[in-house]
Amino acid sequence: MRTVAGSNCTIRKEVPMSKRATGGRKITRRQLLKGAVATAAAVAGSRVSGVPTVWAQNIKDIKLVQAGGSYSAIIDIGRQATKDLGFQVEMQTGAHDALLNRFVTQPNSVDIADMEYFFLYQLVPRGVLHSIDLKKYKWWDKVVPIFTKGEYPDGRKVSRQGTLPYKVQYVDGPDSNRFAKGPTQWATAIPTVYNADTLGIRPDLVKRPIEHWHELLNPEFKGRSAILDVPSIGIMDAAMAIESRGDIKYGDKGNMTKEEIDKTIKILIGAKKSGQFRAFWTTFDESVNLMAAGEVVIQSMWSPAVTAVRARGIPCYYVPLNEGYRAWASCIAPMRHLTGLKLDAAYEYLNWYQSGWQGGFIAKQGYYSSVPETARKFMTEDEWGFWYDGKDAKSDIKDPYGTLMEKAGQKRDGGAFWERMGKVACWNTLMDENRYMVRKWNEFVSA
Amino acid sequence: MRAPQAASSRFTSAPYVLVAPLALVLVVFFGIPLVLVVVVSFFDLDKFDIIPTFVLTNYSELLSSPLTYTLYAKTIKYALIVWAITLVIGFTVSYFLVFHVRSILWQMGLFLLCTVPFWTSNVIRMISWIPLLGRHGLLNQSLIALGLADHPLEFLLFSDFSVVIAYVHLFSLFMIVPIFNSMARIERAVIEAAVDGGASRFRVITDIVIPLSRTGIALGSIFVIALVMGDFFVVKVMSGGQSASVVAAMSNEIAILQYPPAAANAVCLLTIVTLMVAVIMRVVDVRRELSG
Repeated sequence: MRTVAGSNCTIRKEVPMSKRATGGRKITRRQLLKGAVATAAAVAGSRVSGVPTVWAQNIKDIKLVQAGGSYSAIIDIGRQATKDLGFQVEMQTGAHDALLNRFVTQPNSVDIADMEYFFLYQLVPRGVLHSIDLKKYKWWDKVVPIFTKGEYPDGRKVSRQGTLPYKVQYVDGPDSNRFAKGPTQWATAIPTVYNADTLGIRPDLVKRPIEHWHELLNPEFKGRSAILDVPSIGIMDAAMAIESRGDIKYGDKGNMTKEEIDKTIKILIGAKKSGQFRAFWTTFDESVNLMAAGEVVIQSMWSPAVTAVRARGIPCYYVPLNEGYRAWASCIAPMRHLTGLKLDAAYEYLNWYQSGWQGGFIAKQGYYSSVPETARKFMTEDEWGFWYDGKDAKSDIKDPYGTLMEKAGQKRDGGAFWERMGKVACWNTLMDENRYMVRKWNEFVSA
Repeated sequence: MRAPQAASSRFTSAPYVLVAPLALVLVVFFGIPLVLVVVVSFFDLDKFDIIPTFVLTNYSELLSSPLTYTLYAKTIKYALIVWAITLVIGFTVSYFLVFHVRSILWQMGLFLLCTVPFWTSNVIRMISWIPLLGRHGLLNQSLIALGLADHPLEFLLFSDFSVVIAYVHLFSLFMIVPIFNSMARIERAVIEAAVDGGASRFRVITDIVIPLSRTGIALGSIFVIALVMGDFFVVKVMSGGQSASVVAAMSNEIAILQYPPAAANAVCLLTIVTLMVAVIMRVVDVRRELSG
């Protein structure tokens, strides 16, 4: 539930004009429209060159509403898309649970669903999403293979624990409500932003190296540790810690059995009763404040939250741990109620989305793009080196609004893209035993 | 309402017309949704669908789970503590305003002063306690600087203590206003007669002021108890997420689309709050007092 993005804490500034490069215009239009090139010539010089007149006039009235978390449905992305595409893209944000409820109960109020991958377990069988014809999507072969094949580039398999995006990436056919076993022409959604999460620590107060997840439950930090109070994610962080301590060997941390849930909650209740936790946090800001105020010295955190603590001049370290990371990934998909021109516009938008501007924008907030090579065009060599290659920053690193994120000479915690994404232990998910798990989690919180 | 003479023959319909807009609003925005919640609480659900049928599993699961009782015990505990504290505060503040401040101007001025905290939002009033009570907060720093504590007091924040403080701060006004209102209506002559008759100040309070302001006390109690019972946000923030409430559990269920169990939970909560209000109404006949 990333309810508040890091940028919300900062004063919004316009992105420099130089950054607003012409990315959108470089997009080749859908093959369907290629025949209309002659018509396009007639409107040469118009801002949306390459688009036939009829299309250009009709699309003005189209508005796509994208609903997602505030860390991905960013208003600046909507504005840039509107500018580049000639139709309107409106961003609406909400918390995870509000979004999931909205997609299911009012699917017609949204055009583009922007969600975490595990939502697909709930949405695809209910048939609220339009399956994406990959022939109309131009970047699929450039998408990071974690998504398209469930593998790393060297052929190693990515951890299947939890919702590995690949497991819910394809359906059997157009508007099918069943997930396919392997790659097909029909995608459930297009991957957008993702990251690898781990523990954040206050190195000045912890005063020693931290290498394992079990330190979260170490009595040394009694009263000074915290976890995330989103049941489905919090329990996985707890499982990482418990497994690392050797108490339980899980079959699949992302899909626990009732016995595993019972054992996990029992250990958590024991830790809570002994005063291990200072707080359970739910929003981005809470996690930043707990850490910055020194209430907590070790807790599960999100990457931009760590940066936000550091931006206040307080040391905070996003520790790479031996057991690996808990990863998450977001995606976007058109809703099934879209038809005709509006559906065409949705495909246009998907193709624009991965053409680089968006990828460059979110990279500067610490998230990864699923098509890094287009994002790279919208980043300086130094920014790319820092965020993706794990190199020392040659100059100060700023977020998209110009706020200082890291000083020159710093290196990204955890290092380069594949060093971080290559060590995923499990993925954010919803378990089969969800209902049971939430009951048990409520027991833990009220214990 | 000054109805024209011609309409007087149809006077019986006037009250219905007058009450119609409110009734309509209540039916559409309160009655129908409430009926739906009750209906859904008997539905079944599988992994993806809510099945419209009639089952009692939602209730049997709810009532057989020890968690439910823990949550209600916890929520009712908060409600009673907060009720007792706000009652004392509400009564003393109103008593002071009504019987010790002579000038009406000062009375209204001071009364408005009580509402000042309400000029900012609930959330801000609640969150501002965090930097005050925190481990390195103002209060702890002052205590240590004054030598009253040698280490920061941890119970101040993210504890039952901080939850109760926030509730009292947020809800005291709901107790002050009705009590002030009913005290202001007490006939001064009655009190003068009692004092002339030799009654002590204490007897005046117990025999005159308390009985005559019981309407206000009852109304204030209903507000405070209903507000605390229905809250989940204050508990969540002020306990640092370490304490749950009935509504918090409900919200966790809704988050994963478990509508029927959440609805059953809501119906139970509603029943219990209604019972509590009924008990208060039984003790004090608010309607008779207000019209009298």
